[in-house]
Amino acid sequence: MPEHRLKPLSPLGHTTPQTTTIGPVTITEVTSFALTSLATRRGREADVAKAAKAANIALPPPGQASIDALWLGPDQWLIQAPFTTHEDITAHFKPIFGDAASITEQTDAWVRFDLSGPDLHAMFERLCNLDTRAMRPGDATRSVIEHLGCYVICHEGLFTLLGPRSSAKSLHHALITAAKSAC
Amino acid sequence: MIINHPLLGPRDAQEFVYLGDANLINRPDGMAADAADTFHDYLYLRDNPAGLHRELWYHEQGDRSWLVVTRNTLTHEITQVELARDVARAQGRSK
Amino acid sequence: MTQTHRIAGGQINRSRTLTFTFDGKSYQGHPGDTLASALLANNVRLMGRSFKYHRPRGPIAAGSEEPNALVELRSGARTEPNTRATTVELFDGLTAQSQNRWPSLRFDAMAINDRLSPFFAAGFYYKTFMWPAAFWEKIYEPIIRRAAGLGSLSRQDDPDTYDKGFLHCDLLIIGAGPAGLAAALTAARSGARVILADEDFRMGGRLNAETYALGDQSGADWAAQTVAELGSLPNVRLLCRTTILGAMDHGIYSAVERVSDHLAQPLPDKPRQILWRIYSRRAILATGAIERPIAFENNDRPGIMLAGAIRAYANRWAATPGQRIAIFTNNDDGLRTATDLAALGIDIVAVIDPRTGGQLLPGIRHLQGAEVIDTKGRLGLAAITVQSPKGVETLNITALGVSGGWNPNLALSSHHRGRPVWNDSIAAFTPGANGVPNLAFAGAANGHFSTHAALTTGAAAAREALTALGFTPTAPALPPAQDAPPVRTPFGYGGHGKGRAWIDLQNDVTVKDIKLSHQEGFRAVEHLKRYTTLGMATDQGKTSNVLGLAVMAELTGQTIPETGTTIYRPPTTPVAIAALAGRSTGPDFRPTRLTPSHQWATEQGAVFVEVGMWLRTQWLPRAGETTWRQSVDREVLQTRRSVGICDVTTLGKIDIQGTDAGAFLDRVYANTFSTLAVGKVRYGLMLREDGMVFDDGTTARMGPHEYVMTTTTANAVTVFRHLEYCRQCLWPDLDVQLISTTEAWAQYSVAGPNARKLLQKITDQDISNDAFPYMACGEITVCGGLRARLFRISFSGELAYEIAVPTRYGDAMIRELVAAGAEFDAVVYGTEALGVMRVEKGHVAGNELNGQSSALNMGLGKMVAAKKDAIGVPLSAREGMVAPNGYRLVGVRPVDPAHPLTAGSHFIATGAEPIAANDGGWLTSVVYSPHLGHAIALGYLRNGTERLGERLRAVNLLGGTETEIEIVSPHFIDPEGERLRA
Repeated sequence: MPEHRLKPLSPLGHTTPQTTTIGPVTITEVTSFALTSLATRRGREADVAKAAKAANIALPPPGQASIDALWLGPDQWLIQAPFTTHEDITAHFKPIFGDAASITEQTDAWVRFDLSGPDLHAMFERLCNLDTRAMRPGDATRSVIEHLGCYVICHEGLFTLLGPRSSAKSLHHALITAAKSAC
Repeated sequence: MIINHPLLGPRDAQEFVYLGDANLINRPDGMAADAADTFHDYLYLRDNPAGLHRELWYHEQGDRSWLVVTRNTLTHEITQVELARDVARAQGRSK
Repeated sequence: MTQTHRIAGGQINRSRTLTFTFDGKSYQGHPGDTLASALLANNVRLMGRSFKYHRPRGPIAAGSEEPNALVELRSGARTEPNTRATTVELFDGLTAQSQNRWPSLRFDAMAINDRLSPFFAAGFYYKTFMWPAAFWEKIYEPIIRRAAGLGSLSRQDDPDTYDKGFLHCDLLIIGAGPAGLAAALTAARSGARVILADEDFRMGGRLNAETYALGDQSGADWAAQTVAELGSLPNVRLLCRTTILGAMDHGIYSAVERVSDHLAQPLPDKPRQILWRIYSRRAILATGAIERPIAFENNDRPGIMLAGAIRAYANRWAATPGQRIAIFTNNDDGLRTATDLAALGIDIVAVIDPRTGGQLLPGIRHLQGAEVIDTKGRLGLAAITVQSPKGVETLNITALGVSGGWNPNLALSSHHRGRPVWNDSIAAFTPGANGVPNLAFAGAANGHFSTHAALTTGAAAAREALTALGFTPTAPALPPAQDAPPVRTPFGYGGHGKGRAWIDLQNDVTVKDIKLSHQEGFRAVEHLKRYTTLGMATDQGKTSNVLGLAVMAELTGQTIPETGTTIYRPPTTPVAIAALAGRSTGPDFRPTRLTPSHQWATEQGAVFVEVGMWLRTQWLPRAGETTWRQSVDREVLQTRRSVGICDVTTLGKIDIQGTDAGAFLDRVYANTFSTLAVGKVRYGLMLREDGMVFDDGTTARMGPHEYVMTTTTANAVTVFRHLEYCRQCLWPDLDVQLISTTEAWAQYSVAGPNARKLLQKITDQDISNDAFPYMACGEITVCGGLRARLFRISFSGELAYEIAVPTRYGDAMIRELVAAGAEFDAVVYGTEALGVMRVEKGHVAGNELNGQSSALNMGLGKMVAAKKDAIGVPLSAREGMVAPNGYRLVGVRPVDPAHPLTAGSHFIATGAEPIAANDGGWLTSVVYSPHLGHAIALGYLRNGTERLGERLRAVNLLGGTETEIEIVSPHFIDPEGERLRA
C-alpha cells in the first residue's frame, strides 16, 4: 500500500467507523473492505468464469452474493477484498481478468452498514419492500430504502446494507428511526 | 403493481421507471434517405390500445435491466415480462 | 351519578375507570369503551350538528360507517377533526369537542339553516349563487364555507410521527368476525403466512355484539379464544386497529394501523400510525354487513339509531341510548334487538313492523302493518308518531332502533371498478365478479347473514385460496352456530308527507332532494349522486346509497338493479394525510447527499444550497461580509486573479468501458468521441431523439477502451438511464459496460492563473503545460502516493484542472488544497461564483438546457456531426429546428452599466409594444460580473447571432421593469480561450 499523508474519513464523517445500538439492534458502519465492479465484455463469459475460478472468486447468480462477490445485474458483479491488502483493488483485479472484463473501482461509492439483532425483520418492515423473512443467507438484492437504491445482503444472523455513500447520514438516520420505531 | 422480473422474480413497480411503448426498440436507420419521415413516425406516432400493450420499464432501483412488459391497459394484468435486450436481439437489433 | 345508562354485562373492564371530557364536561367510562359508547352510558346522545342544516345529531351506528357522530378529538396541535366517536377507543384523559356549531352544541346559531331549508334543497348552490360571477370567489364561497362543513384543522404542525411499512403474506383476511376468524383458523394450521386485519380494537366482529352461542361458548368468548390461538402461531400476523384502505394492483393492499390512537400520545420514538403496503397472494373479504336505515320524517334525531347498533351498545358495551325504546324494523333481525334489550331489562315500548303476519315476540307489544311517520324532540328523541291499522298514536320513548335490512360491506370489492350485483334473495347488492383478482368473499360481506354461514363460507374461502396456492388446508372444528335462513327484506321508506325524511345523514340529503333530482331529470345514478351529493360525504354513503337508489327506483318505476349502483373508492374510511406522508416531512422530506468537502465547509460557515438531493456550498462568507454579493464577488475576483477551489463531486460520473465504448459514445453524443486520443478530454453534447439538447459534459478517454463521462448534476440519473436504454434496447450487441462512479471519487476544480502552481505542490508528477496540456487527462498520484485522476478542463474559462481522489480522502484533500493555496491567497468558491464565471465565459447550463433548446439555439450547431447516425441527429435537421429566425444564444449587457438585469425578461424592440407578437426571446441567466463591473446576461434571441451590437429593451412585465440593453457576444471573458491553454 502506498504511503501518503491523507487521512480518510468514514462515510459518516468520522476517523473511525461508528457503531450504534438501538435496543436489541446494532448498526455498525464498516470500512474495512475494498470494492470493484466486474462486468463481462461481450462474448467473454467463459474467460471471465475461468479467470474467476483461477482467482478463487465465486461469482454468484442473480439475486445472490458469495463471500467475494455480489451480483449487480446481468454479467456484472461487485467484488470485495480487504481494504488493508487491496486498497487499489482495481490494479489488483485488472491483470486477473485482462481484456475479458471491465473493472471499475467502487470502494468509496458505498456506505456499508452491518445490522445485527434478534428481530431485524420488524425493522426492515419499516424500511423496504423486500420480504426479508423469506431471505436466506446468500440472498442479496437491491431495493429502495429511504428513497435510495440499496443492496440488502442476508447472512447468517446478520444483514449487510450497501447504500450510496453521499447519503450515509440520511440512511443511518433512517435505520435508527426504524429501529427505534420497531424494536 | 408487481412486475415479475425474469431474473429476480416479482418486484414492486415502485422500483421501476416507465418509459413507454416497446416499439421504441425499433429505432430506424438515421442514415437512410427517408430518415426524417421514419424518425418522425418512430418518435411521435403511438398506438394507444385498450388491451395488451408492450412497454418498456427500467429497473432503476434494482439491477438496471430494461424490461419489455406486456400489460393489459384495461386491467393492469401483466402477462409477459422479458429482458429488453433479448427482445431487441430477437427483433434483429445488434450493433 | 355518572353512567346512568350503563347496564349489566358487556366486554368492558369495570375494574378501571377512565375520565374524559366532551365539550368541557367531565365523564367516566371504562377500558373497552368507545367514545360513543361511553357518552351513551352517560346519557349523552347529542354529539354533533349536521353538515348543511345544523340539525342536532347523535350516533346511529356503532362502527366506522357512522355518518353523524363526528367530533374533534384531542386539543392543541394534536386536534383531529371529523373523528368518528363510534371508533375512538376511550383512554384516560381523552378530550373531545363537538363541531359545526356556534356558540354551543345545544344552541347553534346556524340552526337557522334548518328553518330556511326550503332554500337549501339539492342544487341550491348552483342555482342561487350564479350571479354576478365575480361574487362567487369573494363573497358566496367564503360564507358557504363558514356555514357548512364539519370540523376545522388546528393549523399547527402535527407533533406525531407516522411510519410506512411493508408486509408479506400468502393470505390476507380482511375482517375478523366469524367468517374471517374461521378463514384464519383454516389457514393458520396449513403453514401459510396469514395476515388477519380488523379495524376494531377487539377482534370478533358481530360476535362481540350478539348473544348467540357458538357451541357451549358465547360468541365473544369463542372469538377471544380463537384470536388467542391465532396469536400464538408464528405464521399468523394479527393486525387489530387496522383498516384496509384500498385494493391496489396485483394483490397489494394498503392499510393503516392505528398504533397509538388509543393512547393519550404515542410512546417515545413510536409512530402514531403505520401505513402498511401489504403484499398478498390471495385475499378474503370478510368485512360483514352494514345495516340500512329506513327513511321517515324527522328520522335524524339523536336517539334514533340502527337497531343492530343499539344491540351492539347493549351487548358489547353495556350502554343504552335510553330506558324506553321502540324498534322499527321491516325484517326479523330487528326483532332480535327487542329480544336482547328486553332480556337486559330495558323497557321495549313497542315493535313497529310494516309487515303483517310472521313472528310475534312474547311479552312485547308488536304493531304489525305499522310504520313510524314522524318523531319529536328538539335535541333528542322524545316521541314517535306511529300509524298502524288501529290508527295513529304517539309513543313517548327516548330511543328508536331502526332496521331496514343489511347491506354487505363490499366497498373493497369495487376498488377495481367491479360492479356489485343485485341479489334478490336478500334484497341487497353483493360483490360482483370481475372485481379485484384473487379476492374472495365470505360471510355477510357476500350476503351470507347467519353465523353458521359466516363460519362455513369463511372456512371454505380459505380452503379454496390455500389449495390454489399449493398448501394443504386443515379443517378446524367450527362450533355449531345460529343458522336462521336469510329473510328477504322489502325496502321501506316513508317521507311522503311535508317533513323531511333523511337518507344521507352526513351530507343532509333527504327523500325530497331525490324527488327533486328525479323531477329535474338527474335520474341516472351518477347524476343523482352529483346533483344531491348523496353518498359523497366522507362515509361514501355506506348507510345511505342503497336506500337512495331504492327511492329513485320507485320514482322511475324501475327495479333497483335497473336504476344502477355506485361503486366505492379508496380509502374505505378517511385516512390522515400525515399517514400517507409517513416520515417524509420536514428535514426528513427526502434524503440529502453530502459532498466530500461538506464537513470542512460547515466548519467554515458555508451557506449551502439544495441541488437535487445534494447540499452544495453556495458561497463562503468571510468576516465583515454582510451581503451574499460581497462573498460571491470576492470568490470570482480572487479566482480570476489567482486561484479558486470548488467541490464539483456532484457532477455525474459514468465509467464506460468495452471494445465498442468509442462507437457507443459516437451514437449517444452529437459529436464524435471515437477519434479522441487516449489521455484526452472532449466536451460532449448529448441530444434527445427529437433533437433537443438533453445534457452536456466532458468525457475523458482514460484508456483504449475506457472512458469516463461526466454529466450535469441534475441529469446524472437520467443520463445513466438513457445510456442503459441505448445499450440494452437499441444496440444490444455493442461491447460496452457502464457503471456509475459519482460517489466513488471526490472531485475538486482548481481554477485560475495560479492553478498549476497550487496543484504542482501536491501532485507527485510533472503537470507542466507540456506534460499536461489543455484537455489532457490521466491517472496520477498526490500527496506522496495516493492514486488520483487529473483532468485539465475548465468551466470558468481560467487555466483549470479537476482533480479526483477516492472519496474517503475528499475531506483531507480539500484541507490539502486550501493549505497549499494559502501562499497564493487561494479561495474556495461556491455554486454562485461558479455560475457567475460560467456566464462570463458564455457556457450554457441548466437555464439554457431547458429541454426546448437545440444545439443550434445554443450556438453549438457545428457540434452536431451530420455524417453519422447518433441519437437526435436525424431530427436535428428538421425545418423548424434550423429556421434562420430561430433562437440563438447571445450575451446581453445593460446600456447603462448601473442598471440591473432580471432573468426571464423578454427582448422587445425599441418602441415596440411589450406583447407576445413582438417577443424576440428572453434572458436565460443573469449575473453581476465583478470583473466587468455591471450586470451581464445570456439569452435566447431570435436570429441573435446576426444581431450583435443591436440595442433592445429587456422587459419584465411581472416585475414591472424595463432596461435598455445591448446584444453582445456571449463570451464576456477571454473569447480566444488563451487563459485555458496557458
